[in-house]
Amino acid sequence: MFLTKRSSRITLVVMALLLVMPVVFYNTGNEFYLDLATRLVILGIAAVSLNLVLGYGGLVSFGHAAYIGIGSYAVGIPVYHEFYGGFESVASTNGLFQIGLAVGLSALFALITGAISLRTKGVYFIMITMAFAQMVYYLFLSLDEYGGDDGLVIEMRSQLPLVDLDNPIELFLLCYVSLAISMLIVRTIIHSRFGMVLQGAKGNNERLITLGYNTYLYRLTAYVISGAMCGFAGALMGNFSSFISPEMMGWSRSGELMFMVILGGAATTMGPVFGSIAFILVEEVLSSLTIYWHLPFGLMLIGVVLFARGGLMGILRGKGD
Amino acid sequence: MDYALLFIQTLNGLQLGLLLFLVASGLTLVFGILDFVNLAHGSLYMLGAFICASLTFLLGNFLVAVVVALPLTGVIGYLVERFIARPLYARDHLDHVLGTFGLILVLDTLTHLIWGPAGIAIPLPVWLDGQVNLFEGVVVPIYRLLIIVTGLATAAGLFWLVNYTRLGMLIRAGASNRTMVAALGIDIQTLFALVFALGAMLAGLAGMLIAPISEASIGMGNNIIITAFVVIIVGGIGSMKGAFIAALVIGLIDTLGRSYIDDAFKLFMPSDAAETSAPAVSAMLIYIIMAVILAVRPQGLFPPKVR
Amino acid sequence: MTALLKISNLRKTFGGVTATDDVNLDVEQGELHAIIGPNGAGKTTLISQLSGGQRPDSGKVLFKGADITNRPGYARAGLGITRSFQITSLVMDMSVLDNVALAVQARDGHSFRFLRPARGIAHLRDTGRAMLDKVGLLDRADEPTAALSHGEHRQMEIAIALASDAELMLLDEPMAGLGPEESATMVEFLKSLKGERTILLIEHDMDAVFALADRISVLVYGRIIATGSPLEIRGNIDVQHAYLGEE
Repeated sequence: MFLTKRSSRITLVVMALLLVMPVVFYNTGNEFYLDLATRLVILGIAAVSLNLVLGYGGLVSFGHAAYIGIGSYAVGIPVYHEFYGGFESVASTNGLFQIGLAVGLSALFALITGAISLRTKGVYFIMITMAFAQMVYYLFLSLDEYGGDDGLVIEMRSQLPLVDLDNPIELFLLCYVSLAISMLIVRTIIHSRFGMVLQGAKGNNERLITLGYNTYLYRLTAYVISGAMCGFAGALMGNFSSFISPEMMGWSRSGELMFMVILGGAATTMGPVFGSIAFILVEEVLSSLTIYWHLPFGLMLIGVVLFARGGLMGILRGKGD
Repeated sequence: MDYALLFIQTLNGLQLGLLLFLVASGLTLVFGILDFVNLAHGSLYMLGAFICASLTFLLGNFLVAVVVALPLTGVIGYLVERFIARPLYARDHLDHVLGTFGLILVLDTLTHLIWGPAGIAIPLPVWLDGQVNLFEGVVVPIYRLLIIVTGLATAAGLFWLVNYTRLGMLIRAGASNRTMVAALGIDIQTLFALVFALGAMLAGLAGMLIAPISEASIGMGNNIIITAFVVIIVGGIGSMKGAFIAALVIGLIDTLGRSYIDDAFKLFMPSDAAETSAPAVSAMLIYIIMAVILAVRPQGLFPPKVR
Repeated sequence: MTALLKISNLRKTFGGVTATDDVNLDVEQGELHAIIGPNGAGKTTLISQLSGGQRPDSGKVLFKGADITNRPGYARAGLGITRSFQITSLVMDMSVLDNVALAVQARDGHSFRFLRPARGIAHLRDTGRAMLDKVGLLDRADEPTAALSHGEHRQMEIAIALASDAELMLLDEPMAGLGPEESATMVEFLKSLKGERTILLIEHDMDAVFALADRISVLVYGRIIATGSPLEIRGNIDVQHAYLGEE
């Protein structure tokens, strides 16, 4: 459960590199790598949030991209109305308001869909979370005012105190700090009494109920926390890309998030971050080689599932098989 | 109300429902018997369409192409079973989902490599390409009637197969008791491979049937698979009867919802508000219905008895 | 003595098979009440209805006078009922101590506490260790549960039942799969609990049952055909028939 010495050293090194390298690259004129790192760190936050329910809770959510979508539209829609009028009550470029909206709406969506999905088990849960995410996808697809299929350009980044998101370094640093804080939050939660119940229910739900825990409520709470965190990552994503479209929440995006968690090592602090680093780098390298990069990529994913079950963390700890 | 339009929309809903059933029946069969979640089921639907398209041009006739393409999709299903699904049976559903997710990327890209990025339209034989005047004011494309008839016939065939044949008996027994089937001396591996191939053929057939209307295109499977999931969730995963009823209900609701929800909304809200909210609601309609049904019956409408 | 648990006219059928057929049973405060019966008599189904795992079709379960027939499982634990499982039911990927500490944590009320590390909370760990000590597993406390033997798992089940501090312990075949020596230890241990806790014990091991029980009920095809002291049960003709007819 605790990080071994070796893996915690690696964690520190990787987190330090993740902080230093993009900044160095940027200052030496390789802006592209800072962009890559920012995207990677934002997806890292989403993967960390997914890990709380998927890794520690054993709840296979195949719909986390929906929260990225909700979070980024919670930035995009207020800005749109600020610039083009209408819907006065949400029109705003205030970042705190937008992030509040992103987190609040994501939490609400997680509460409603979680309350229904968690009544079911196993494969039902996978498919239902997937279906609900697809519902959000089709919802935004149908909203012509916000560009529908074509998406929406965010005319202005969130206005926040202290940081200027138009400055790529400051945006990156905000994302990086957010990632570190999310990792800390999840780590604190899983070691707490709440976290023990969550992990216990993953291992043996019937036993935990017999002990007197209403595990449904614990899982729902974890699901809402996870959704809210992922919505926050979505708000950052909207600011990063300055362009949002329903495609951000398609179900293959949710699948990719799951892969990041599994690839890195589920139920570990660093796993989701490793996973997103590996995922983004491989994607970047392969897609620069060929337009058919999904073929080797897909084969690699199948290979990981068939042969490397503990993920990268498992290999680091020497128990990957 | 325009009854001719309502009738045509109902036929369209029925057509969508039957295509959904073809896809969903394979999913629910594979899940019910093999306990395997196949995300790539939609890719088999897509492959069916592409293979059929190529064969139509090669053989010069759509119907002949379908007959030849069916066993080919079955073979692809068998290969998927042998090399991806079989090693994953002993794993949990998460691994099934991840493995077949990777498979989707592989199959979609292979399709791209073989057939190119653009969609392929399939020409119909002349006698199928026309329209028929059913009664006063109701003109229906002949081909749509063919889809409906084929869908109903396949459904009937499946019910016969599952309920009245030796294979069906094994399938039903396998769903409820794997060890018993194995104890009867049945080669369970072959049974599983057959079921998987059958599921692939059903999905492929759906893809072939829709292709002359909406062409064969990459990603066509990724849209229908989620709706098929909604169908089997609502119907009860593993239940053939549930899949049939849910597929028709979802097909009808989706089609009729898209046509009539704005009219329905105009009954109780201003017409511009109705026109803005109707597309959003009709896009979400089947998911909302799924949510409501699950809130009342978490195991779907017709959960299989033994699970 | 008053009845801590009162079961009246309990009935449960599974598609034509009657698993529990009009069962009436009182478990008195402080007694060790054993239920015996041939395989398939419906013993585990009965326990499940008492612990909340299954809902009866009809009938009533009263605990301390309150109707708990339809209360959810987690709520019954809060009232003071705990159970062990015939087929070991533990959280395998957690440590031995974590398993027991979760049981201690459960009786503190809700666990919606997100900040303090649970493994740093002294009373959870200490009480957990004390319970493990009682069943002789203290030296295995920090091992992963999966690494323990079957016999040790049975002991863990008891430690967890103890840790939850329930007034009523429903023990489903605690001796199942134990060797003679382990069984003897378990019998001694259950003996030491007598008077402290009220126990409803399901067990196949007749020597153990007759050594431990204050009263015994015999369940055959979902019906209780006799209830009485070990001596009365030994002499009961029906019981002999039920067992002889079965074997």
